[in-house]
Amino acid sequence: MTMTVLQGILTILAVVAGTMLTRFVPFLVFPESKRPPRIIEYFGKVLPYAMTGLLVVYALRNTPILTGDHGLPELIACLTIVALHLWRRNMLVSIAGGTIVYMLLVQLVF
Amino acid sequence: MAERGVRIRALKAAFPLTVPIALGFLFLGCSYGMLMGTKGFSFVWPMCMSAFIFAGSMEFVTVNLLLSAFNPLAAFLLALMVNARHLFYGLSMLGRFRGLGWKRPLLIFGMCDETFAVNSSVHVPEGVDRGWLYLWVTLLNQSYWVTGATLGGILGANLPFDTDGLDFVLTAMFLVIFLEQWMGGDTGRRGRISALIGVGVSIACLVLFGSDGFMIPAMAAMIVLFVALRPWLDDLAPAAATDGTVADGTAADGKETAR
Repeated sequence: MTMTVLQGILTILAVVAGTMLTRFVPFLVFPESKRPPRIIEYFGKVLPYAMTGLLVVYALRNTPILTGDHGLPELIACLTIVALHLWRRNMLVSIAGGTIVYMLLVQLVF
Repeated sequence: MAERGVRIRALKAAFPLTVPIALGFLFLGCSYGMLMGTKGFSFVWPMCMSAFIFAGSMEFVTVNLLLSAFNPLAAFLLALMVNARHLFYGLSMLGRFRGLGWKRPLLIFGMCDETFAVNSSVHVPEGVDRGWLYLWVTLLNQSYWVTGATLGGILGANLPFDTDGLDFVLTAMFLVIFLEQWMGGDTGRRGRISALIGVGVSIACLVLFGSDGFMIPAMAAMIVLFVALRPWLDDLAPAAATDGTVADGTAADGKETAR
């Protein structure tokens, strides 16, 4: 560690402030007491779907498509999850099944 | 006594939703704590950072910040950029968090990716208090992360079994929540088009801007598209009156009268 403890704490506090600003700003700009503009309510309805899509892509963003195993373990595991979910439609079964398949693939196959 | 029953019912509904997150967070939190340990920090650092920052990727970034020259303004700005997606989480949850009183600031403070994904997609079961359900999901998830980070900092060495690939559990969870939203009948075409926009825009921006810088362009492009498509998306389906904020509003009203 190159900083003093105080500098370390100040750095962390700066990160906390930045992070919390991103979480609290929408609620400060559109307080409970006032109805938000219609377009914000519209965003509130469509964004959850879009953000889940973004999170899926975000979680897979470092998959090597062009090099290495070409993302085959990820692809196979994701297809397993889709198949399991269409079959049983049980969130825990789909998540556990996909994760186990992925772990077996990266540890034993690829 | 009644209040206690409400809390326990909500906990019973919340816990199963957080099981995959428990696995992922204990593991990832542990690796984060170990990383800090190998860089020479005592477990107090990952413990406090995981409790107060509580934004996974930003905590990994902060380890590097702590090892470079002292520059709190740069740290602040970097945190704003890395976490800009939280702005959209907030906009999405304005309606669902309405009327939750003292729980609201806690819910906002603890809204990481995984907590948002669960709370924004959960169908609150009959007879379960919405506020307590959200709060339990938030608190359980944060406790997994802090426990993992602290344990990792204390252990400081490798785990005794092969965990290669275990972090995929969080990817799997996001994908399953996505599938659930896709198959959930109550939102119909609007939800699916929104989901496709989210995936399509994100992949396009990932290809164009690379894995480190695609989030902010993707969010900007989504807003532009949603504004452009508003005439079609906003009043597709009579759903405008039956889902999302409005439905939650009525649920809250119902609870108020019940008490």
